[in-house]
Amino acid sequence: MKAISIENISKKYILSHKKKKYQNLKESVSGFFTELFTSKDEEETKEVFWALRNVSFDIEQGDRIGIVGSNGAGKSTLLKILSRITEPTSGQVKVNGRMASLLEVGTGFHPELTGRENIFLNGAILGMKQHEIRSQFDEIVSFAGIEKFLDTPVKRYSSGMYVRLGFAIAAHLEPEILIVDEVLAVGDSEFQKKCLGKMKDVSSSGRTILFVSHNATAIQGLCNKAAFLQKGNLIKYGEVGEVLHDYMTSISKFQLQQNWETPEEAPGTDQVRIKNIEVVPEFINGSKNIDVRTPLKVNIEFWNMLESAHLNLSMFLYNMTGECVFNVGSQAKTFSKGLIKGMLEIPGNFLNDGSYYISVMIVKDTADPIFFMEDAISFDVADWREGTNWYGKWPGAVRPINIPVQTWKMDGLI
Amino acid sequence: MDKDNEVVIKAGKSALHYWREVWRQRELFWILGKRDVMVRYKQTVLGVAWGVIRPLMTAMVMVFAFGKIAKLEQDSSIPYMLVVIPGVIIWLFFSQSLSQISNSIVGNGNLVSKVYFPRIIIPFSSLLVGLLDAMIAFAMFFVFCIYYQFIPSWHIIFAPIFLFLAYLGAFGAGLFASVLNVKYRDIAQIIPFVVQFGYFISPVAYSSERVRNEWWYPIYNLNPVAGTIDGLRWCLLGDFAEFNWQSFIPMLIFVAISVLFSIWFFRKNENSFVDHL
Repeated sequence: MKAISIENISKKYILSHKKKKYQNLKESVSGFFTELFTSKDEEETKEVFWALRNVSFDIEQGDRIGIVGSNGAGKSTLLKILSRITEPTSGQVKVNGRMASLLEVGTGFHPELTGRENIFLNGAILGMKQHEIRSQFDEIVSFAGIEKFLDTPVKRYSSGMYVRLGFAIAAHLEPEILIVDEVLAVGDSEFQKKCLGKMKDVSSSGRTILFVSHNATAIQGLCNKAAFLQKGNLIKYGEVGEVLHDYMTSISKFQLQQNWETPEEAPGTDQVRIKNIEVVPEFINGSKNIDVRTPLKVNIEFWNMLESAHLNLSMFLYNMTGECVFNVGSQAKTFSKGLIKGMLEIPGNFLNDGSYYISVMIVKDTADPIFFMEDAISFDVADWREGTNWYGKWPGAVRPINIPVQTWKMDGLI
Repeated sequence: MDKDNEVVIKAGKSALHYWREVWRQRELFWILGKRDVMVRYKQTVLGVAWGVIRPLMTAMVMVFAFGKIAKLEQDSSIPYMLVVIPGVIIWLFFSQSLSQISNSIVGNGNLVSKVYFPRIIIPFSSLLVGLLDAMIAFAMFFVFCIYYQFIPSWHIIFAPIFLFLAYLGAFGAGLFASVLNVKYRDIAQIIPFVVQFGYFISPVAYSSERVRNEWWYPIYNLNPVAGTIDGLRWCLLGDFAEFNWQSFIPMLIFVAISVLFSIWFFRKNENSFVDHL
């Protein structure tokens, strides 16, 4: 059963660029009147901008779709069309079922009204019936944790309370299709956790969710499918892991090596410049791509342009959601001018599958970071497993095989 | 799931079951109206008393200017206050509804750009604030009736009809203005101007009998407020203000055409509001 079918949706905006024509007040007044009586001024140039272009995909009932894409990819435009706030220039969307969209937390809250009054107002705006709100009222209040401030105008609320109340109302909507835009970007981490939990509950009850977020972990955890938009085009739609991988690949230029011939063109500062940075996999058993078993050697070479510098090299490994898996550094040593090489080995059977980034920092006198090269290298670790029938995502930031769990039979009866 | 639930979103086509959807969301109409009423007198010392003060002051100023200074009260067989109040009731109701409706879409831009519901509910719900004030003004009329020992005519049972017609007049004009206002904010400049001077060209503080024999009277009657004020005077004052078909018919025509046209115009444009807000 299709909940939403999107057929060839395009959305066009016309941007007009007006050139500054008048230099002073007199000119602009006379210019205004001539424009008023002449049909069109030529100095206005129009540019057609396609926010979405021929986007088509189907959403099955019960699907949890994550929508990813960099800024300006058309995510919000798509949500606006789906939630019927703006209409497409061409194409059509068929929606089956009661839909609620949450493009903002606390839409229509009136600052002068109390929390209680705003619950009813906002609920009605989001499409709840009054009796539905009444029956959920206590739950909404306790979810938001605003019991004491129920009869205070929301203009006196802290921004956190405001957001909590807004989300609490929305979370108690019971639509068949829920559209959510980046609401998790606000609120403290405690509340974000609560929101994600609530959305998981909603999704496990078989409802359809569309979710836009920059938080890849949230999308990974919540969604089963994802759509990747880029410059208004749908690049990929399918299983969430694959789509996220493509998205991550596209925003980071995947590369195992970066190399510069001369210090002039190399990245760095007056003090140090990077010459070479690379990841060298040590393939075993003739495999051709990096998987969880593959040991990796990281080589870093840089030019030191300081006479006598007390330097150490620090390496950061991030996973694809931007969390730092580990940070290791070399002992600080005094170097004279010249090329310096650093090396480290990441053992096999240590990293989990996923995408990783390496950043490198060169530190002077053990305290002063003189150059930080972000996302210098990116690489992908493929999954590999044996002796298990579990094919879901292996949890964990790392998958260290040398921390074995041992079991044995103890004496005694049950 | 029944087929009725299927919504098709595409260019240039608002929902198929528009009016059914409006009906389904009728609670929103009340809630938005209630919001406007509740917000109105928040953080004021006098609160709802303002609902009395405004019509009272308006009526008193008009009795002073038109009755005493222009000496129109000499022709009146009943206290001039009673002639002025029906005019003030309609005028305040009309002008307030007109300003509210014409600003409704821009004023609720945060809703329009974030949630979908049939947009026409917003201007519709602007009725309630003005209606509440009209009720208060009516109560004021009865207080003056007691004071002057005047018994209103039985025609008073028709008063809601004229109030409703005044609303439709404001709705027809205001709805059209609200759509234009989204794109051209000039409207927000024009409306206060209309509200400020409109009562001079409507029989608010004088009876339309004074202008009835002028050659320009038919043009004067193109103003829908004239017809509704004449009507309300007939309702409240009975024998002292005869029913005026000359202003009633043009008003009905104006209301019918403007409401139908504005609704058509509104529906045609409502899906692109968000692109201009």
